[in-house]
Amino acid sequence: MDRASVGIMAFLAVSAAAVTVAYAQKDAAQDSIEAYREALQDGNPAELYEASGEELWKTPAGPKAASLERCDLGLGPGVVKGAYAQLPRHFADTDRVQDLESRLLTCMQTLQGKDPKPYIEASFTAPPKEEMNALAAYISGQSKDAPIAVTLAHPKEQAMYELGKRMFNYQGGPYDFACATCHGQEGTRIRLQELPYIPSAKGAAAGWSSWPAYRVSAGQMWSMQWRLNDCFRQQRFPEPVYTSDATIALSMYMAATANGATMKTPGIKR
Amino acid sequence: MGSPMKIRASVKDGVTEIKVLMGHEMETGQRKDANGAVIPAWFINEVTAKLDGKMVMQAQWGPSISKNPYLAFKVKGGKAGDKVSVTWVDNKGDTRTDEAAVT
Amino acid sequence: MTQRLMERRQILTFLGTLAAAGFVLPRMAFANWDKVAFEAKTMDEALKALGAGTPATSGDVQIVASDIAENGAVVPIQAISKLPNTERIAILVDKNPSMLAASFDLTPETIPEVTARIKMGQTSNVVVLVKADGKFYAASKEIKVTLGGCGG
Repeated sequence: MDRASVGIMAFLAVSAAAVTVAYAQKDAAQDSIEAYREALQDGNPAELYEASGEELWKTPAGPKAASLERCDLGLGPGVVKGAYAQLPRHFADTDRVQDLESRLLTCMQTLQGKDPKPYIEASFTAPPKEEMNALAAYISGQSKDAPIAVTLAHPKEQAMYELGKRMFNYQGGPYDFACATCHGQEGTRIRLQELPYIPSAKGAAAGWSSWPAYRVSAGQMWSMQWRLNDCFRQQRFPEPVYTSDATIALSMYMAATANGATMKTPGIKR
Repeated sequence: MGSPMKIRASVKDGVTEIKVLMGHEMETGQRKDANGAVIPAWFINEVTAKLDGKMVMQAQWGPSISKNPYLAFKVKGGKAGDKVSVTWVDNKGDTRTDEAAVT
Repeated sequence: MTQRLMERRQILTFLGTLAAAGFVLPRMAFANWDKVAFEAKTMDEALKALGAGTPATSGDVQIVASDIAENGAVVPIQAISKLPNTERIAILVDKNPSMLAASFDLTPETIPEVTARIKMGQTSNVVVLVKADGKFYAASKEIKVTLGGCGG
């Protein structure tokens, strides 16, 4: 059996498992997993990344030897508090709808004179991306407990939302997969992982409000871009370019659907 | 040197609760890298904590403690403003001490 | 008195002198990492190295942890002793290559409730060992380690 077939068999096994357990009762195992997740909340190592992200934000760097402290994340230059809860949004200076990471690249370029290319091309575990993940931890932490308030007032924001919705339902790749395959119905799970139903406000909030997150499995801080990139990988889609419109569109769709829910960032996950 | 710890200490009803997050790889020595070479063990093996200058906890750890370790414990006594000091030493001899005030 | 005993006495005197001079620090000031206990390959060896022999099972030793860990890389454990004069709390994982995860020496001011996070390679019994009033007590709990789905 070739590698792809093995992969398909594994996938079929997983989806069969998902279907058979999908509507199982809230059993003892599920309660125990809840207890496990609860226990993790108490000390989230994401705090360590928030601290290093704050330092990165405040330390002069790049050819212009400037910090990011004058970066406009949407609420005015230098305003970090609450900014993440209102992203993605349209920015007049770039005339683009940007998520946090895309906006950070803009600021690194304009304020610090850095070339965004190495940040875009580096793998998610390489040093340039470690900076992005730490910055995402810090900035999202400054929106903890803030209500998600993403606007679709600008035509480009509305267009980005519509594109995200299409992207979510777009089916393709070697497994003929879509985001909606896993996240397009209520009450499913893979093994013991509940899958949020993203088109609902509750499901979108479950996803959007808890990323960026510290992943205990690998001991890594994951930004939303990393999370989305991995969704593409799991679907065996071509890897999206870091901060490309396809990824921002998905974020816009999720964030706008989650509007009104409370940010719990940075989260902690298995 | 290591990265800074996050220490939280709060007093309630005469008991001080101390919570510490430490940034450390806690490499077990059991894993292999992409080339099949064993990644050497690298972990915090001693942790000590002082409250108001007095030793209140002394721990020995092995590589089974999770990456970016979290430790929480409670001590009788303590008051707001008291200094909590935590020190770790790893098996390579690296060490770090951080402090926080009880709130 | 044999030569050997004589030597032993001299060594003890020598150590006492060092301690008096401040070269050997008192136990609470500096711990010597217990290599033998941490490198023990069986539970019996680990318990022996800790001086615990066969600890008595005690309801006063409690393990607060979920029955199932969603990921073995991080398993939160709270170890509690209700025994008076608890001096030490240790956490051991039966099926880990390095069984002894942690050992905490407490002072009379420390409340014997310690929370830590451990790695578990597979489903296993977790043992909490308590030394109180010079005697050893233990409790054990099985924690199942699951494989995850796609990561939430």
